[in-house]
Amino acid sequence: MKLKVVEYLSKGEFPLGEAEALSLYRAMRRARFFDEKALTLQRQGRLGVYAPFMGQEAAQVGLALALGPGDWVVPSYRESALLLARGLPIHTLILYWRAHPAGWRFPEGVRAVNPYIPIATQIPQAVGLALAGRYRGENWVVATSIGDGGTSEGDFHEGLNFAAVFGAPVVFLVQNNGYAISVPRSKQMRVDYIARRAEGYGMPGVVVDGNDVFAVYLEAKKAVERARKGEGPTLLEALTYRLAPHTTSDDPTRYRTREEEEAWRQKDPLLRLRQALEARGLWGEGEEAALLAELEEEFARELALADGAPEPRPEEIVEHVYREMGPDQRRAWEALRRGLHLEEVW
Amino acid sequence: MVAEKTRVLNMVQAINEALDLALARDERVLVFGEDVGRLGGVFRVTEGLQAKHGEARVFDTPLAESGILGLAIGLAMGGMRPVAEIQFAGFLYPALDQILSHLGRWRHRSRGRVGLPVVVRAPYGGGVHTPEQHADSPEALLAHAPGVKVVIPSSPERAKGLLLSAIEDPDPVFFLEAIKLYRGSRAEVPEGYYTLPLGKARVVREGKAATLIGYGGMVEVMLEAASVAAKEGVEVMVVDLETLVPLDEDTLLEAVRETGRAVVVYEAMRTGGFGAEVAARIAEGAIDHLQAPVLRVAGYDAPYPPFSAIEHLYRPNARRVLAALRRVLTH
Repeated sequence: MKLKVVEYLSKGEFPLGEAEALSLYRAMRRARFFDEKALTLQRQGRLGVYAPFMGQEAAQVGLALALGPGDWVVPSYRESALLLARGLPIHTLILYWRAHPAGWRFPEGVRAVNPYIPIATQIPQAVGLALAGRYRGENWVVATSIGDGGTSEGDFHEGLNFAAVFGAPVVFLVQNNGYAISVPRSKQMRVDYIARRAEGYGMPGVVVDGNDVFAVYLEAKKAVERARKGEGPTLLEALTYRLAPHTTSDDPTRYRTREEEEAWRQKDPLLRLRQALEARGLWGEGEEAALLAELEEEFARELALADGAPEPRPEEIVEHVYREMGPDQRRAWEALRRGLHLEEVW
Repeated sequence: MVAEKTRVLNMVQAINEALDLALARDERVLVFGEDVGRLGGVFRVTEGLQAKHGEARVFDTPLAESGILGLAIGLAMGGMRPVAEIQFAGFLYPALDQILSHLGRWRHRSRGRVGLPVVVRAPYGGGVHTPEQHADSPEALLAHAPGVKVVIPSSPERAKGLLLSAIEDPDPVFFLEAIKLYRGSRAEVPEGYYTLPLGKARVVREGKAATLIGYGGMVEVMLEAASVAAKEGVEVMVVDLETLVPLDEDTLLEAVRETGRAVVVYEAMRTGGFGAEVAARIAEGAIDHLQAPVLRVAGYDAPYPPFSAIEHLYRPNARRVLAALRRVLTH
């Protein structure tokens, strides 16, 4: 299979209408704004361990905006941009990263489930969710996402094979950012492109410049359309780079060079899109300043909402284990609620 | 509610009937796994179901247990009621990430938004000369997974009603079926749809001298031991736990308090087995009533032996249960 990297921005091409291009930029800028704020909050001790996505906005926003309103997103943990673009409220996301239970129940209207922490386990689950839509006649498409390292897991293989066998309406996005924490892609696999594996499963594989939102968006749209028409899954590989650490606990200077980071900074997806918009006279300092002011205001409002969330109750630990508490949860619930765990065996 | 007309079925037939009824009753129910479609399962538990309910609702999957569990979780997330078969309980291990990390956690981590009405059926246990790795009893592993229920029926009649309850249940249920009972256990089974409650243990034989506690394939072993003891004039109580999680501690403790002597019987490896949990609960809740140490009769601390000539020594039998009974009675 011959694979060609799909790209537009690097060639000076502008394949979208103004409104579409601008909405992609706004969503990416909003995501980046959140990422920066989250890192600041984390340093202030106002957020838990956080996994930044900086540099991967094009891949995530491009996928999110390619979906229809009834479609589902099944994300991994580095996909806050995907969730934001999908409509998850900022205060919910803040509470999620604060590990506050109020941030772990995503609102009913948001067609996304909580991010997955184990690697690749979301892949077969996304297939199941996609098939459920078919059984129910709802025709929803499921978009799920994983990193390059995750493709080494057995569940990635099992899930893609299941999807192909059942013709499941799924778009598998691999955000190939070159590293599984510290292990480079070259030590992870011996194929040039992860999308090449698609042939082995019997589904189309597409590689895009993951820092080119036009490429991601247009290829994701094609994949979503194919899935919706009953033509089965697609493996979409986005070549990108994580400009920030793996998490706020990570030190990337131990495994990659400043030069490499700097080179990728030049390919910052946000910067590239903005330059393309500016070249066409669609964006400028004024628009940027207005957008930032708007984002600042929105974030302040959302942060206040998050700050106003009530303290979690101790007994929340044993709530929602089952729909109805079993006797063991009930006993623990009573003890936690009354503070008896401090005095009694319970 | 129990229907009135009955006929004699073995456990394979009773479970098949339950699946058939569930498929007919609720269009969200799906039955799938390795070889469950055209073949009807390696034990024929799903025989005829695909022909009757169609390939969309009763289907074969690729040979991948983690994929099967993941598929089940996703289907349930999307509003279906999957009943997945894992061909042997010892083949659950590739799916442990899905089980331990996700199956019983989704409701909790989504704070109630995503509940998973998944049933995972798997044959377990020894006693019929299966090949290596085909006789494991991993119920303690499953009982240690948060947010799931574990049910192990001891007869065809119980299996049918409990499985229908498991399929109706809003939370994930592991339903382990003793291979030895598949065709070795025959009983009157009511016709039609009926459910039996999960989370309830039951006293299957009354007695004042001591209490035998077990589940699944061990119930008939305990009953055999009890009838031998009765011939010697010793009446022992037998408790079938039926649901391991959530455990019916009230019935368990009441049964032990009545006799003051308890033997826990399970065919899994002794150390860390579910019987250890039972013994701990007894120690916590009924120690003042105990007149003897709580004993366990279990598999030995070794893999289930594939060696056919000595395999039968691993699985507890009535003689071993009687030996333990003698010890608690003479303490």
